[in-house]
Amino acid sequence: MTHSCRVILTAASALGLLVALPAAARDFITVAVTTSTENSGLFGHILPIFEAETGIEVRVVVQGTGQALETGRRGDADVVFVHARAQEETFVAEGYGVERFDVMHNDFVIVGPGDDPARLREAPDAASAMAAIAAAGASFVSRGDDSGTHVAEKALWSAAGIEPAGEWYLSTGSGMGAMLNMAAQLPAYALTDRGSWLGFDNRGPLEIVHQGDPALFNPYGIILVNPKRHAHIKAEQGQAFIDWIISDAGQAAIAGFTIGGEQPFLPATRSE
Amino acid sequence: MDGPFATAFTLIASGDDALLQIIGLSLRVTLGAVAIACVIGLPLGAALALARFPGRGAMIVVSNALMGLPPVVAGLVVYLLLSRSGPLGPLALLFTPTAMIMAQTLLILPIVISLTRSVVEDLWAEYREQLLSLGAGRLRAVPTLLWDGRVSLLTGVLAGFGRASAEVGAVLIVGGNIAGHTRTMTTAITLETSRGNLGLAVALGIVLLTLTLTLNALAWGVGQWARGRLG
Repeated sequence: MTHSCRVILTAASALGLLVALPAAARDFITVAVTTSTENSGLFGHILPIFEAETGIEVRVVVQGTGQALETGRRGDADVVFVHARAQEETFVAEGYGVERFDVMHNDFVIVGPGDDPARLREAPDAASAMAAIAAAGASFVSRGDDSGTHVAEKALWSAAGIEPAGEWYLSTGSGMGAMLNMAAQLPAYALTDRGSWLGFDNRGPLEIVHQGDPALFNPYGIILVNPKRHAHIKAEQGQAFIDWIISDAGQAAIAGFTIGGEQPFLPATRSE
Repeated sequence: MDGPFATAFTLIASGDDALLQIIGLSLRVTLGAVAIACVIGLPLGAALALARFPGRGAMIVVSNALMGLPPVVAGLVVYLLLSRSGPLGPLALLFTPTAMIMAQTLLILPIVISLTRSVVEDLWAEYREQLLSLGAGRLRAVPTLLWDGRVSLLTGVLAGFGRASAEVGAVLIVGGNIAGHTRTMTTAITLETSRGNLGLAVALGIVLLTLTLTLNALAWGVGQWARGRLG
Protein backbone atom coordinates (compact mmCIF):
# COMPACT_ATOMS: atom_id res chain seq x y z
CA MET A 1 0.00 0.00 0.00
CA THR A 2 2.86 2.38 0.75
CA HIS A 3 4.21 1.54 -2.68
CA SER A 4 1.04 2.56 -4.38
CA CYS A 5 0.76 5.73 -2.33
CA ARG A 6 4.27 6.65 -3.35
CA VAL A 7 3.51 5.93 -6.98
CA ILE A 8 0.45 8.15 -6.86
CA LEU A 9 2.35 10.93 -5.07
CA THR A 10 5.15 10.81 -7.60
CA ALA A 11 2.68 10.85 -10.45
CA ALA A 12 0.87 13.81 -8.92
CA SER A 13 4.01 15.87 -8.46
CA ALA A 14 5.30 15.03 -11.93
CA LEU A 15 1.95 16.14 -13.19
CA GLY A 16 2.09 19.45 -11.36
CA LEU A 17 5.49 20.06 -12.89
CA LEU A 18 4.34 19.26 -16.40
CA VAL A 19 1.25 21.40 -16.30
CA ALA A 20 2.77 24.32 -14.45
CA LEU A 21 5.89 24.74 -16.59
CA PRO A 22 5.90 28.50 -16.96
CA ALA A 23 5.13 29.87 -20.39
CA ALA A 24 7.58 32.49 -21.54
CA ALA A 25 6.14 35.78 -20.35
CA ARG A 26 6.79 37.65 -23.58
CA ASP A 27 4.53 40.17 -25.17
CA PHE A 28 2.64 38.32 -27.87
CA ILE A 29 -0.35 38.56 -30.18
CA THR A 30 -2.31 35.80 -31.85
CA VAL A 31 -2.94 36.19 -35.56
CA ALA A 32 -5.31 33.94 -37.51
CA VAL A 33 -3.99 33.56 -41.07
CA THR A 34 -4.96 31.61 -44.15
CA THR A 35 -3.29 28.39 -45.22
CA SER A 36 -2.17 30.01 -48.47
CA THR A 37 0.06 32.54 -46.72
CA GLU A 38 1.51 30.06 -44.25
CA ASN A 39 2.10 27.26 -46.75
CA SER A 40 4.14 29.59 -48.94
CA GLY A 41 6.52 30.30 -46.06
CA LEU A 42 5.83 34.06 -46.00
CA PHE A 43 5.61 34.35 -42.21
CA GLY A 44 8.89 32.54 -41.68
CA HIS A 45 10.39 35.40 -43.69
CA ILE A 46 8.64 38.51 -42.37
CA LEU A 47 7.86 37.75 -38.71
CA PRO A 48 11.47 37.59 -37.49
CA ILE A 49 11.94 41.10 -38.93
CA PHE A 50 8.88 42.44 -37.07
CA GLU A 51 9.78 40.65 -33.85
CA ALA A 52 13.32 42.01 -33.94
CA GLU A 53 12.02 45.56 -34.44
CA THR A 54 9.28 45.57 -31.80
CA GLY A 55 9.89 42.67 -29.42
CA ILE A 56 6.29 41.56 -29.95
CA GLU A 57 5.99 37.83 -30.63
CA VAL A 58 3.43 36.91 -33.29
CA ARG A 59 1.72 33.55 -32.79
CA VAL A 60 0.30 32.42 -36.10
CA VAL A 61 -2.72 30.11 -36.16
CA VAL A 62 -3.28 28.73 -39.65
CA GLN A 63 -6.86 28.31 -40.85
CA GLY A 64 -9.01 28.76 -43.92
CA THR A 65 -10.46 32.27 -44.30
CA GLY A 66 -13.90 31.18 -43.06
CA GLN A 67 -12.48 29.58 -39.93
CA ALA A 68 -10.02 32.43 -39.37
CA LEU A 69 -12.85 34.99 -39.38
CA GLU A 70 -14.84 32.76 -37.00
CA THR A 71 -11.81 32.62 -34.69
CA GLY A 72 -11.76 36.43 -34.73
CA ARG A 73 -15.49 36.61 -34.14
CA ARG A 74 -15.13 34.45 -31.03
CA GLY A 75 -12.29 36.67 -29.80
CA ASP A 76 -9.69 33.91 -30.02
CA ALA A 77 -7.31 35.94 -32.19
CA ASP A 78 -6.20 39.57 -31.95
CA VAL A 79 -5.72 40.06 -35.67
CA VAL A 80 -7.03 38.24 -38.76
CA PHE A 81 -5.07 38.16 -42.01
CA VAL A 82 -7.22 36.71 -44.80
CA HIS A 83 -8.26 36.95 -48.44
CA ALA A 84 -11.99 37.17 -49.12
CA ARG A 85 -12.87 40.82 -49.55
CA ALA A 86 -16.66 40.48 -49.22
CA GLN A 87 -16.47 38.38 -46.05
CA GLU A 88 -13.88 40.76 -44.59
CA GLU A 89 -16.15 43.73 -45.18
CA THR A 90 -19.05 41.90 -43.51
CA PHE A 91 -16.77 41.11 -40.58
CA VAL A 92 -16.02 44.80 -40.12
CA ALA A 93 -19.60 45.93 -40.81
CA GLU A 94 -20.91 43.60 -38.11
CA GLY A 95 -18.56 45.23 -35.64
CA TYR A 96 -16.23 42.26 -35.12
CA GLY A 97 -13.35 44.01 -36.81
CA VAL A 98 -12.12 47.59 -36.49
CA GLU A 99 -10.96 48.37 -40.01
CA ARG A 100 -9.69 46.48 -43.03
CA PHE A 101 -6.32 47.37 -44.54
CA ASP A 102 -4.91 46.17 -47.87
CA VAL A 103 -1.68 44.29 -47.25
CA MET A 104 -0.67 42.60 -50.46
CA HIS A 105 -2.01 40.69 -53.39
CA ASN A 106 -1.16 37.97 -55.77
CA ASP A 107 -3.25 36.07 -58.27
CA PHE A 108 -5.02 32.79 -58.45
CA VAL A 109 -3.88 30.29 -61.05
CA ILE A 110 -5.58 27.20 -62.40
CA VAL A 111 -3.28 24.20 -62.24
CA GLY A 112 -3.86 20.88 -63.93
CA PRO A 113 -2.18 17.90 -65.59
CA GLY A 114 0.48 19.05 -68.06
CA ASP A 115 -1.23 17.35 -71.01
CA ASP A 116 -4.26 19.59 -70.31
CA PRO A 117 -7.10 17.28 -71.46
CA ALA A 118 -9.75 20.03 -71.20
CA ARG A 119 -7.56 22.50 -73.14
CA LEU A 120 -7.58 25.29 -70.58
CA ARG A 121 -4.52 26.88 -72.17
CA GLU A 122 -6.70 27.88 -75.11
CA ALA A 123 -9.45 29.45 -73.00
CA PRO A 124 -9.73 33.24 -73.44
CA ASP A 125 -10.55 33.96 -69.79
CA ALA A 126 -10.88 32.26 -66.44
CA ALA A 127 -14.65 31.72 -66.62
CA SER A 128 -14.32 29.98 -70.01
CA ALA A 129 -11.51 27.88 -68.56
CA MET A 130 -13.81 26.71 -65.77
CA ALA A 131 -16.55 26.05 -68.32
CA ALA A 132 -14.09 23.95 -70.35
CA ILE A 133 -13.36 21.76 -67.31
CA ALA A 134 -17.09 21.18 -66.74
CA ALA A 135 -17.74 20.56 -70.45
CA ALA A 136 -14.96 17.97 -70.63
CA GLY A 137 -16.03 16.41 -67.34
CA ALA A 138 -12.36 16.57 -66.30
CA SER A 139 -11.68 16.02 -62.59
CA PHE A 140 -11.59 19.19 -60.52
CA VAL A 141 -10.58 19.28 -56.86
CA SER A 142 -12.25 21.98 -54.77
CA ARG A 143 -11.19 23.22 -51.33
CA GLY A 144 -14.82 23.08 -50.28
CA ASP A 145 -14.01 24.70 -46.93
CA ASP A 146 -15.22 28.32 -47.21
CA SER A 147 -11.63 29.47 -47.52
CA GLY A 148 -10.77 32.54 -49.58
CA THR A 149 -9.75 30.27 -52.43
CA HIS A 150 -13.05 28.41 -52.24
CA VAL A 151 -14.97 31.69 -52.28
CA ALA A 152 -13.01 32.80 -55.37
CA GLU A 153 -13.66 29.45 -57.04
CA LYS A 154 -17.41 29.76 -56.46
CA ALA A 155 -17.34 33.24 -57.97
CA LEU A 156 -15.66 31.84 -61.10
CA TRP A 157 -18.25 29.07 -61.44
CA SER A 158 -21.08 31.55 -61.19
CA ALA A 159 -19.38 33.83 -63.74
CA ALA A 160 -19.28 30.80 -66.03
CA GLY A 161 -22.95 30.15 -65.30
CA ILE A 162 -22.24 26.65 -64.01
CA GLU A 163 -23.45 24.89 -60.88
CA PRO A 164 -20.54 22.46 -60.37
CA ALA A 165 -21.77 18.98 -59.52
CA GLY A 166 -21.15 15.45 -60.66
CA GLU A 167 -18.57 12.70 -60.57
CA TRP A 168 -15.85 15.04 -61.83
CA TYR A 169 -16.28 17.67 -59.10
CA LEU A 170 -14.52 16.67 -55.86
CA SER A 171 -15.23 18.86 -52.85
CA THR A 172 -12.51 17.88 -50.38
CA GLY A 173 -12.98 20.21 -47.42
CA SER A 174 -9.24 20.40 -46.98
CA GLY A 175 -6.48 23.01 -46.79
CA MET A 176 -4.53 24.25 -49.77
CA GLY A 177 -1.66 21.77 -49.49
CA ALA A 178 -3.86 18.72 -48.94
CA MET A 179 -5.94 19.73 -51.94
CA LEU A 180 -2.85 20.16 -54.15
CA ASN A 181 -1.54 16.76 -53.00
CA MET A 182 -4.84 15.24 -54.15
CA ALA A 183 -4.83 17.10 -57.46
CA ALA A 184 -1.28 15.88 -58.14
CA GLN A 185 -2.24 12.28 -57.48
CA LEU A 186 -5.45 12.03 -59.47
CA PRO A 187 -4.40 14.11 -61.50
CA ALA A 188 -7.04 16.83 -61.55
CA TYR A 189 -7.50 20.54 -62.14
CA ALA A 190 -7.55 22.87 -59.15
CA LEU A 191 -7.65 26.56 -58.30
CA THR A 192 -4.77 27.74 -56.14
CA ASP A 193 -2.90 30.97 -55.52
CA ARG A 194 0.53 31.70 -56.86
CA GLY A 195 2.12 31.87 -53.40
CA SER A 196 0.94 28.40 -52.40
CA TRP A 197 1.89 27.03 -55.81
CA LEU A 198 5.44 28.41 -55.65
CA GLY A 199 5.87 27.00 -52.14
CA PHE A 200 4.48 23.57 -53.03
CA ASP A 201 6.98 20.79 -53.72
CA ASN A 202 4.94 17.69 -54.54
CA ARG A 203 3.64 18.86 -57.93
CA GLY A 204 3.73 15.58 -59.85
CA PRO A 205 2.30 16.18 -63.35
CA LEU A 206 0.67 19.49 -62.41
CA GLU A 207 1.46 22.73 -64.23
CA ILE A 208 -0.14 26.14 -64.41
CA VAL A 209 -2.62 25.84 -67.27
CA HIS A 210 -4.44 29.15 -66.95
CA GLN A 211 -3.47 32.52 -65.50
CA GLY A 212 -3.59 36.24 -66.06
CA ASP A 213 -7.32 37.05 -66.09
CA PRO A 214 -8.05 40.13 -63.90
CA ALA A 215 -10.86 38.04 -62.34
CA LEU A 216 -8.08 35.99 -60.73
CA PHE A 217 -6.84 38.97 -58.68
CA ASN A 218 -6.38 37.91 -55.06
CA PRO A 219 -6.10 40.70 -52.48
CA TYR A 220 -5.16 40.05 -48.84
CA GLY A 221 -6.51 42.17 -46.00
CA ILE A 222 -5.61 42.54 -42.35
CA ILE A 223 -8.09 43.47 -39.62
CA LEU A 224 -7.78 44.15 -35.90
CA VAL A 225 -10.46 42.29 -33.94
CA ASN A 226 -12.68 44.88 -32.25
CA PRO A 227 -11.73 45.39 -28.59
CA LYS A 228 -15.24 46.73 -28.04
CA ARG A 229 -16.51 43.20 -28.68
CA HIS A 230 -13.79 41.44 -26.72
CA ALA A 231 -12.11 43.49 -24.02
CA HIS A 232 -9.10 41.18 -23.80
CA ILE A 233 -7.98 41.87 -27.38
CA LYS A 234 -4.44 43.23 -27.40
CA ALA A 235 -5.40 46.24 -29.47
CA GLU A 236 -2.18 48.19 -29.01
CA GLN A 237 0.17 45.37 -30.02
CA GLY A 238 -2.21 44.13 -32.73
CA GLN A 239 -2.42 47.61 -34.23
CA ALA A 240 1.37 47.87 -34.01
CA PHE A 241 1.61 44.76 -36.18
CA ILE A 242 -0.90 46.13 -38.68
CA ASP A 243 0.83 49.53 -38.77
CA TRP A 244 4.14 47.80 -39.38
CA ILE A 245 2.95 45.48 -42.12
CA ILE A 246 1.39 48.32 -44.12
CA SER A 247 4.39 50.60 -43.49
CA ASP A 248 7.30 50.90 -45.91
CA ALA A 249 9.34 48.50 -43.77
CA GLY A 250 6.62 45.83 -43.74
CA GLN A 251 5.85 46.24 -47.43
CA ALA A 252 9.56 45.94 -48.22
CA ALA A 253 9.72 42.75 -46.14
CA ILE A 254 6.85 41.27 -48.18
CA ALA A 255 8.49 42.35 -51.44
CA GLY A 256 11.74 40.76 -50.29
CA PHE A 257 10.15 37.32 -49.95
CA THR A 258 10.90 35.17 -52.99
CA ILE A 259 10.63 31.50 -53.85
CA GLY A 260 13.01 30.29 -56.54
CA GLY A 261 13.48 33.87 -57.74
CA GLU A 262 9.72 34.51 -58.06
CA GLN A 263 7.81 36.90 -55.86
CA PRO A 264 4.66 35.15 -54.60
CA PHE A 265 3.07 38.23 -53.00
CA LEU A 266 3.15 41.81 -54.25
CA PRO A 267 2.92 44.64 -51.70
CA ALA A 268 -0.41 46.46 -51.79
CA THR A 269 0.75 50.03 -51.54
CA ARG A 270 2.76 52.27 -53.76
CA SER A 271 3.92 49.44 -55.97
CA GLU A 272 1.86 49.99 -59.08
CA MET B 1 14.37 14.32 -52.35
CA ASP B 2 16.81 12.33 -50.19
CA GLY B 3 15.57 9.15 -48.60
CA PRO B 4 13.37 9.90 -45.59
CA PHE B 5 15.59 7.73 -43.36
CA ALA B 6 18.61 9.82 -44.32
CA THR B 7 16.63 13.02 -43.68
CA ALA B 8 15.45 11.69 -40.32
CA PHE B 9 18.98 10.78 -39.33
CA THR B 10 20.34 14.17 -40.41
CA LEU B 11 17.54 15.87 -38.48
CA ILE B 12 18.31 14.02 -35.27
CA ALA B 13 22.07 14.27 -35.67
CA SER B 14 21.91 18.02 -36.30
CA GLY B 15 20.25 18.55 -32.90
CA ASP B 16 18.15 21.24 -34.57
CA ASP B 17 16.68 23.56 -31.92
CA ALA B 18 13.26 23.74 -33.52
CA LEU B 19 13.07 19.93 -33.71
CA LEU B 20 14.16 19.49 -30.09
CA GLN B 21 11.57 22.05 -29.05
CA ILE B 22 8.86 20.17 -30.96
CA ILE B 23 9.90 16.83 -29.44
CA GLY B 24 10.01 18.37 -25.97
CA LEU B 25 6.54 19.84 -26.33
CA SER B 26 5.11 16.58 -27.72
CA LEU B 27 6.47 14.66 -24.74
CA ARG B 28 5.34 17.27 -22.26
CA VAL B 29 1.80 17.36 -23.62
CA THR B 30 1.38 13.61 -24.00
CA LEU B 31 3.04 12.62 -20.72
CA GLY B 32 1.12 15.38 -18.93
CA ALA B 33 -2.15 14.03 -20.28
CA VAL B 34 -1.18 10.45 -19.36
CA ALA B 35 -0.27 11.53 -15.82
CA ILE B 36 -3.54 13.40 -15.26
CA ALA B 37 -5.55 10.57 -16.77
CA CYS B 38 -3.85 8.12 -14.37
CA VAL B 39 -4.40 10.25 -11.28
CA ILE B 40 -8.12 10.51 -12.12
CA GLY B 41 -8.65 7.26 -13.99
CA LEU B 42 -6.94 4.67 -11.79
CA PRO B 43 -8.96 5.37 -8.63
CA LEU B 44 -12.12 5.98 -10.61
CA GLY B 45 -11.74 2.75 -12.57
CA ALA B 46 -11.06 0.80 -9.39
CA ALA B 47 -14.05 2.38 -7.67
CA LEU B 48 -16.18 1.47 -10.66
CA ALA B 49 -15.00 -2.14 -10.33
CA LEU B 50 -15.69 -2.47 -6.61
CA ALA B 51 -18.47 -0.09 -5.64
CA ARG B 52 -22.11 -0.87 -6.30
CA PHE B 53 -24.39 2.07 -6.98
CA PRO B 54 -27.24 2.93 -9.30
CA GLY B 55 -26.04 4.05 -12.69
CA ARG B 56 -22.84 2.00 -12.43
CA GLY B 57 -23.71 -0.05 -15.52
CA ALA B 58 -24.39 3.09 -17.52
CA MET B 59 -21.06 4.59 -16.43
CA ILE B 60 -19.23 1.45 -17.53
CA VAL B 61 -20.90 1.48 -20.93
CA VAL B 62 -20.20 5.19 -21.39
CA SER B 63 -16.52 4.90 -20.44
CA ASN B 64 -16.12 1.89 -22.75
CA ALA B 65 -17.81 3.75 -25.60
CA LEU B 66 -15.71 6.88 -25.08
CA MET B 67 -12.59 4.83 -25.81
CA GLY B 68 -13.69 5.40 -29.39
CA LEU B 69 -14.15 9.17 -29.01
CA PRO B 70 -12.82 10.79 -32.19
CA PRO B 71 -9.90 13.09 -31.32
CA VAL B 72 -11.38 15.89 -33.40
CA VAL B 73 -14.55 15.79 -31.27
CA ALA B 74 -12.52 15.91 -28.06
CA GLY B 75 -10.65 18.86 -29.54
CA LEU B 76 -13.86 20.62 -30.50
CA VAL B 77 -15.36 20.20 -27.01
CA VAL B 78 -12.24 21.63 -25.35
CA TYR B 79 -12.10 24.39 -27.99
CA LEU B 80 -15.67 25.48 -27.26
CA LEU B 81 -14.99 25.38 -23.50
CA LEU B 82 -11.79 27.43 -23.71
CA SER B 83 -12.71 29.84 -26.50
CA ARG B 84 -12.96 33.45 -25.35
CA SER B 85 -16.66 33.18 -26.09
CA GLY B 86 -16.92 29.94 -24.10
CA PRO B 87 -17.49 29.31 -20.37
CA LEU B 88 -13.76 29.07 -19.53
CA GLY B 89 -12.73 31.89 -21.90
CA PRO B 90 -11.37 34.25 -19.21
CA LEU B 91 -8.63 31.71 -18.39
CA ALA B 92 -7.03 32.53 -21.78
CA LEU B 93 -5.98 28.92 -22.29
CA LEU B 94 -6.89 28.40 -25.95
CA PHE B 95 -3.86 27.88 -28.22
CA THR B 96 -1.63 26.93 -25.26
CA PRO B 97 0.04 23.63 -24.31
CA THR B 98 -2.29 23.43 -21.30
CA ALA B 99 -5.28 23.30 -23.64
CA MET B 100 -3.59 20.48 -25.55
CA ILE B 101 -3.03 18.54 -22.33
CA MET B 102 -6.71 18.96 -21.45
CA ALA B 103 -7.88 17.66 -24.83
CA GLN B 104 -5.59 14.65 -24.73
CA THR B 105 -6.58 13.87 -21.15
CA LEU B 106 -10.15 13.68 -22.36
CA LEU B 107 -9.03 11.15 -24.97
CA ILE B 108 -6.98 8.93 -22.66
CA LEU B 109 -9.18 8.98 -19.57
CA PRO B 110 -11.78 6.50 -20.89
CA ILE B 111 -9.02 4.02 -21.78
CA VAL B 112 -7.46 4.22 -18.33
CA ILE B 113 -10.82 3.98 -16.55
CA SER B 114 -12.07 1.03 -18.60
CA LEU B 115 -8.88 -1.00 -18.45
CA THR B 116 -8.44 -0.32 -14.74
CA ARG B 117 -11.99 -1.42 -14.05
CA SER B 118 -11.52 -4.64 -15.93
CA VAL B 119 -8.16 -5.45 -14.29
CA VAL B 120 -9.38 -4.65 -10.78
CA GLU B 121 -12.62 -6.58 -11.26
CA ASP B 122 -10.68 -9.71 -12.17
CA LEU B 123 -8.28 -9.32 -9.26
CA TRP B 124 -11.13 -8.72 -6.86
CA ALA B 125 -12.85 -11.90 -8.01
CA GLU B 126 -9.61 -13.76 -7.34
CA TYR B 127 -8.60 -12.29 -3.97
CA ARG B 128 -11.94 -11.29 -2.57
CA GLU B 129 -12.06 -13.89 0.25
CA GLN B 130 -8.46 -13.27 1.22
CA LEU B 131 -8.80 -9.51 1.38
CA LEU B 132 -12.07 -9.63 3.25
CA SER B 133 -10.65 -12.07 5.79
CA LEU B 134 -7.78 -9.65 6.37
CA GLY B 135 -10.37 -7.06 7.23
CA ALA B 136 -9.89 -4.95 4.13
CA GLY B 137 -13.15 -3.43 2.97
CA ARG B 138 -13.84 -2.95 -0.72
CA LEU B 139 -12.52 0.59 -0.87
CA ARG B 140 -9.57 -0.06 1.39
CA ALA B 141 -8.59 -2.84 -0.97
CA VAL B 142 -8.26 -0.40 -3.90
CA PRO B 143 -4.57 0.54 -3.48
CA THR B 144 -3.60 -3.10 -2.91
CA LEU B 145 -5.44 -4.24 -6.00
CA LEU B 146 -4.02 -1.42 -8.14
CA TRP B 147 -0.52 -2.31 -6.99
CA ASP B 148 -1.15 -5.97 -7.64
CA GLY B 149 -2.39 -5.31 -11.14
CA ARG B 150 0.38 -2.85 -11.99
CA VAL B 151 1.78 -4.85 -14.89
CA SER B 152 -1.59 -5.14 -16.64
CA LEU B 153 -2.36 -1.53 -15.77
CA LEU B 154 0.90 -0.42 -17.34
CA THR B 155 -0.30 -1.90 -20.63
CA GLY B 156 -3.45 0.20 -20.36
CA VAL B 157 -1.42 3.32 -19.61
CA LEU B 158 0.80 2.62 -22.60
CA ALA B 159 -2.28 2.23 -24.79
CA GLY B 160 -3.35 5.67 -23.57
CA PHE B 161 0.09 7.08 -24.28
CA GLY B 162 -0.02 5.59 -27.76
CA ARG B 163 -3.38 7.15 -28.49
CA ALA B 164 -2.26 10.56 -27.30
CA SER B 165 1.11 10.62 -29.04
CA ALA B 166 -0.42 9.47 -32.32
CA GLU B 167 -3.36 11.83 -32.56
CA VAL B 168 -3.38 15.10 -34.44
CA GLY B 169 -7.03 16.18 -34.60
CA ALA B 170 -7.41 17.42 -31.04
CA VAL B 171 -4.07 19.19 -30.60
CA LEU B 172 -4.44 20.90 -33.96
CA ILE B 173 -7.77 22.46 -32.99
CA VAL B 174 -6.97 23.55 -29.43
CA GLY B 175 -3.24 24.22 -29.94
CA GLY B 176 -3.39 25.94 -33.32
CA ASN B 177 -0.04 24.46 -34.45
CA ILE B 178 1.80 27.70 -33.59
CA ALA B 179 5.49 27.46 -34.49
CA GLY B 180 7.68 27.44 -31.40
CA HIS B 181 4.68 27.38 -29.09
CA THR B 182 2.13 24.64 -29.76
CA ARG B 183 3.64 22.71 -32.66
CA THR B 184 4.00 19.00 -31.89
CA MET B 185 5.40 16.09 -33.88
CA THR B 186 2.02 15.17 -35.35
CA THR B 187 0.93 18.70 -36.25
CA ALA B 188 4.36 19.35 -37.79
CA ILE B 189 3.94 16.20 -39.89
CA THR B 190 0.51 17.41 -41.02
CA LEU B 191 1.93 20.81 -41.95
CA GLU B 192 4.88 19.42 -43.91
CA THR B 193 2.54 17.04 -45.76
CA SER B 194 0.32 19.97 -46.70
CA ARG B 195 3.38 21.83 -47.94
CA GLY B 196 4.22 18.90 -50.16
CA ASN B 197 7.46 18.26 -48.21
CA LEU B 198 6.71 14.55 -48.04
CA GLY B 199 10.32 13.56 -47.34
CA LEU B 200 10.54 15.81 -44.29
CA ALA B 201 7.10 14.62 -43.15
CA VAL B 202 8.15 10.98 -43.26
CA ALA B 203 11.41 11.84 -41.52
CA LEU B 204 9.47 13.45 -38.68
CA GLY B 205 7.26 10.35 -38.58
CA ILE B 206 10.35 8.17 -38.18
CA VAL B 207 11.56 10.38 -35.33
CA LEU B 208 8.16 10.08 -33.64
CA LEU B 209 8.11 6.29 -34.00
CA THR B 210 11.64 6.05 -32.62
CA LEU B 211 10.56 8.05 -29.57
CA THR B 212 7.50 5.88 -29.02
CA LEU B 213 9.58 2.75 -29.40
CA THR B 214 12.13 4.00 -26.88
CA LEU B 215 9.48 4.87 -24.30
CA ASN B 216 7.78 1.50 -24.71
CA ALA B 217 11.09 -0.31 -24.40
CA LEU B 218 11.78 1.65 -21.21
CA ALA B 219 8.36 0.80 -19.80
CA TRP B 220 8.83 -2.88 -20.64
CA GLY B 221 12.29 -2.89 -19.11
CA VAL B 222 11.03 -1.30 -15.91
CA GLY B 223 8.19 -3.86 -15.80
CA GLN B 224 10.62 -6.76 -16.17
CA TRP B 225 12.92 -5.29 -13.57
CA ALA B 226 10.08 -4.75 -11.11
CA ARG B 227 8.78 -8.27 -11.66
CA GLY B 228 12.22 -9.71 -11.04
CA ARG B 229 12.82 -7.64 -7.93
CA LEU B 230 9.45 -7.45 -6.30
CA GLY B 231 8.15 -10.84 -7.35
